[in-house]
Amino acid sequence: MNGWLRHQASAIGRAFRNLARNPLGSLLTAIVIGIALALPAGGLLLLDNANRVVGDVSEKPEISIFMAMPPDAAATAEVERRLAGLDSLEAVRFVPREEALAQLSAGGLQDVVSDLAENPLPDAFVIAPRGNDPGAFDALAATFRSWPGVHHVQLDSAWVERIHALIDLGRQAFTLLAAILAAALVVVTFNTIRLQLMTQRAEIEVSRLLGATDNFIRRPFLWTGMLQGLAGGLVAWLLVAAMVAALRDPVATLATSYGASFSLGQPAMQEVMTLLAVAAVLGFAGAALSVDRHLREAA
Amino acid sequence: MIEFDRVSLHYPGGQGGLSDVSFRLARGELAVLSGHSGAGKTSLLKLIAAIERPTAGRVTVGGEDVGALPRQAVPYLRRNIGLVLQEIRLLLDRNVFENVMLPLTITGHPPADASRRVQAALERVGLAGRGKEMPLSLSGGEQQRAAIARAVVNKPSILVADEPTAHLDAAYAGDIAALFRSFHTAGVTVLVATHDSSLFDEASPRRLVMDHGQLREVA
Repeated sequence: MNGWLRHQASAIGRAFRNLARNPLGSLLTAIVIGIALALPAGGLLLLDNANRVVGDVSEKPEISIFMAMPPDAAATAEVERRLAGLDSLEAVRFVPREEALAQLSAGGLQDVVSDLAENPLPDAFVIAPRGNDPGAFDALAATFRSWPGVHHVQLDSAWVERIHALIDLGRQAFTLLAAILAAALVVVTFNTIRLQLMTQRAEIEVSRLLGATDNFIRRPFLWTGMLQGLAGGLVAWLLVAAMVAALRDPVATLATSYGASFSLGQPAMQEVMTLLAVAAVLGFAGAALSVDRHLREAA
Repeated sequence: MIEFDRVSLHYPGGQGGLSDVSFRLARGELAVLSGHSGAGKTSLLKLIAAIERPTAGRVTVGGEDVGALPRQAVPYLRRNIGLVLQEIRLLLDRNVFENVMLPLTITGHPPADASRRVQAALERVGLAGRGKEMPLSLSGGEQQRAAIARAVVNKPSILVADEPTAHLDAAYAGDIAALFRSFHTAGVTVLVATHDSSLFDEASPRRLVMDHGQLREVA
């Protein structure tokens, strides 16, 4: 083993000793860090899940074309012909006014429908455009509005855009929260390491007199901060996993009541690794700030 | 090996320190530094180990100008100086073996070699087989021996001690003095600050006497 590895191995051993000296304190610090990380991590995971649901919907935006009343078969046929000539459409479904009324009746409004003297509903086309560009959908809707015999065009993606905007807002809020809590995590580690430096002052002073470099003194504390952060990251992961497990069934039940099938997803391995890496780096940063300050003061 | 050239050291507030001290200690020499309390013995030793920097003059240790040494280079100077302090300063949460091992851990010695060296150092100071004991289970004299083993385990070329027999009874003090004489015999440059220089008479050491920060007599 070369000198560098031997120094690192020795420092890791001393870092574990640092943590083991006060096991309860180390555990509590890991839990505090874990809770701080779990809040934004859990929030962002929920938003990702929400985005997945909305993403599924927004991938299939619909444009509804309602024909003018009274029904004009020629105008309807002309619109159908024009739609057939457009390459930008993925699917076109014609909903005759009789079918629309039948659907209304089947949807629980049978009494209302039976009281109607005549069918008030127009013929309609439900169109699934290709692509995912909201601007193109708006342009397409404007084209349809200009066609003769078309009374109203409804673009169904507006609410999806609003939800996307809400999700983006939520993501920004959680990112801001994450930044604030990351700073808190650095402060917590800074303080933990500062206390350890104080309790090991005698050892540090003796080590200096025996020829210890700043790096020798710094190394175990950096590992301690990193291990503390890593432990906090693990706690955060467990908390998020427990939260997802607890919410999975109620969310699935809610989705089923809306006729949908949806299940909350656990964080992916890559996300877990990112969480652990971020926690370790923040722990390292807090420890580095603390030990460097101590060394500056000692100098 | 060690040279002081018109060295002064003034502490903030004007307490203690050194004034215009000059002397030269050759390689392998044994010197005893004596003087009353507050005469400046500890200050002089601190300058050798770069714990303090001179206010004026030049301190040279092993060819290095201590006053001009960058902060990052100080640890490497100290690795060549075995330092025995007035307060024994063993780490109380580690056993004797681990305490003596510390300088070798600092320099990153391979564990097997380090272990051999620690055993040899403990044997040299008469603590063979006591490595697993905790410092507080040792007598004052044994603790001082452990501190000496820690100071010499790295095989330094200079051994500096500040009142190593201060808190010991006469028998223990004689043993410790004999240890320093044996290191001198082995070729190590030894400088011992002590209030009882007669302990070293047997080795006919060089005698340096400090008085109110000045080196009054060099014999």
